Amino acid sequence: MNTPAFLMFLAIVFVTLIITYYASKKTKNASEFYTAGGGLTGWQNGLAIAGDYMSAASFLGIAGAVALTGFDGFFYSIGFLVAYLVVLYLVAEPLRNLGKYTFADMIAARFNAKKIRGFAAMNTVAISIFYMIAQLVGAGALIKLLLGLEYTTSVLIVGVLMTVYVIFGGMHATSWVQIIKAILLMGGTLAISIIVFAKFNFSVTDMFAQMKTATPLKNAFLNPGVKYKDGIDTLSLNMGLVLGTAGLPHILVRFFTVKDAKTARSSVVYATWIIGIFYVMTIFLGFGAAAFVGTDKIVAANPAGNMAAPLLAKALGGNMLFAFISAVAFATILAVVAGLVLTAASAFAHDFYNEILKKGKATEKQQVNMARWAAIGVSVLSIILALGAQTLNVAFLVSLAFAVAASANLPVIIYTIYWKRFNTTGAVWAMIIGLISSVGLVIFSPNVFSPEAGAAIFVGEPLFPYTTPGIVSIPLGFIAGYLGTIFSRQRADVKKYEEVLVKSNTGISLSDNS
Amino acid sequence: MEAEEMNKSFENDYNSIVQSASFQTLLSEKKKFIIPFTIFFFCFYFALPILTSYSKVLNTKFIGEITWAWVFAFLQFIMTWGLCMLYSKKAAKFDDLTKQIKSERGME
Repeated sequence: MNTPAFLMFLAIVFVTLIITYYASKKTKNASEFYTAGGGLTGWQNGLAIAGDYMSAASFLGIAGAVALTGFDGFFYSIGFLVAYLVVLYLVAEPLRNLGKYTFADMIAARFNAKKIRGFAAMNTVAISIFYMIAQLVGAGALIKLLLGLEYTTSVLIVGVLMTVYVIFGGMHATSWVQIIKAILLMGGTLAISIIVFAKFNFSVTDMFAQMKTATPLKNAFLNPGVKYKDGIDTLSLNMGLVLGTAGLPHILVRFFTVKDAKTARSSVVYATWIIGIFYVMTIFLGFGAAAFVGTDKIVAANPAGNMAAPLLAKALGGNMLFAFISAVAFATILAVVAGLVLTAASAFAHDFYNEILKKGKATEKQQVNMARWAAIGVSVLSIILALGAQTLNVAFLVSLAFAVAASANLPVIIYTIYWKRFNTTGAVWAMIIGLISSVGLVIFSPNVFSPEAGAAIFVGEPLFPYTTPGIVSIPLGFIAGYLGTIFSRQRADVKKYEEVLVKSNTGISLSDNS
Repeated sequence: MEAEEMNKSFENDYNSIVQSASFQTLLSEKKKFIIPFTIFFFCFYFALPILTSYSKVLNTKFIGEITWAWVFAFLQFIMTWGLCMLYSKKAAKFDDLTKQIKSERGME
């Protein structure tokens, strides 16, 4: 047991629980629970978006991927960042103007059909759980490394904490945990990056010159093609990364925590700066780990490289820095999983329970109670799934969640805002085909089936040759939405589209009851 | 649009807003900005994996051991930040147009 690390973990748990306690006093009604009453400022929400986004995948996963595969690992950083342009240019403001609590609200602003809400809620829950597995795998590995606890115990600890934040503190607690985590993570990463850079004499050319010989990959480390040898596979990954963010329910939900489209916009801009600076620093984390920890030790701690960043901290600053960085990584995971649980629980309670089962007539208290039960359900399910996924790289697991989000959610979001003729059938087709094709292709991919025993979950030939489904499933989602619309007899509701057009572009709402 | 036409019965429907000149200006201004820039950033973004997968051109050295692949990767960051700022600037104009639409209809 590492004592300083244990104390810092306790400090983080303690601080976040205090936040949750104060947040719970503010969380009186459904709006407070789902979206913190829409009262965050642009800065706060920008930090919270960054806190929500810079997950275990970004910190632990990318650092490991860059350390082990060089340039190819950096693809994640680029894709995760450029994705914010899609959010800013196409989705953020219309979404804020059309929705209220969940992404399904926005689709429902155009098509008032229960089944659409149901499918949107289902996609939200599915994507959030996919994403959560990645975070829990990271948490399990981290606590195991640090405190010597079993992987199972570690996952359970994180699982219980995330559930507590959400159940008691709702969106208030979740947002503040994310904000604090974003600050800690930026601080910790900056400290490591400066130390690494100092070791390379503050010279980028020196750094690259040394990296050329520092790893077993030699020169290949600095060139693309170590991991992604197949062009289609590389494109598929990049497509999922850049299009996924705009379909991630837990990121979309963050736009409802501010008062209007203008604030939503400024929060994306703040978030993009913070996230971009962070991703530049992933180069230092990855290079530093490869040079000062070494490939063998990184792989020994975790075959997928997930422990590269904490090990780098240990190599650079001894036990204290190791403890601090690990605690930061722990806070990172807690904040993200809390956001995910909240999003999935809101989708269940608001869209499924209130709007579908209770026909919009559930009381505030019933809704919040249902959201709390849903939070427990979602947590239990993702914990069980995470227990089976511990050998996979967390950045990679998250990239799958991105691909599912890009395939199942993005087409319907884009069509709802921008396509006049789009109709209910198209929306249902887009969501179902996007979800089934992306999840299905993952199941038949080399990640699940490998002819080599132990390399994947099952032994056998993969039916789908690429590691990520994006290149097939994203176009399929868009095509399904198009064909569904064209082939249904349903006429386009021009009046409704005019309403959507006005609302999404100006925020004007004539009958203030949406 | 004539001032006397702006009576209450007609004020409150989305169709009339959509038909109004100021709303059409907003839409066309937005389209003129958003469509070309969206096409641009997608092309710029996908150029990187396409070039790294199907050519060796980015493996040539820029300075020292730094290859063009890293330079192009870094330019993706600059591009993202740049377009973010540009959007904020443009959006302020859209806000003005929105304000105009609202004031024409006596909202706010």
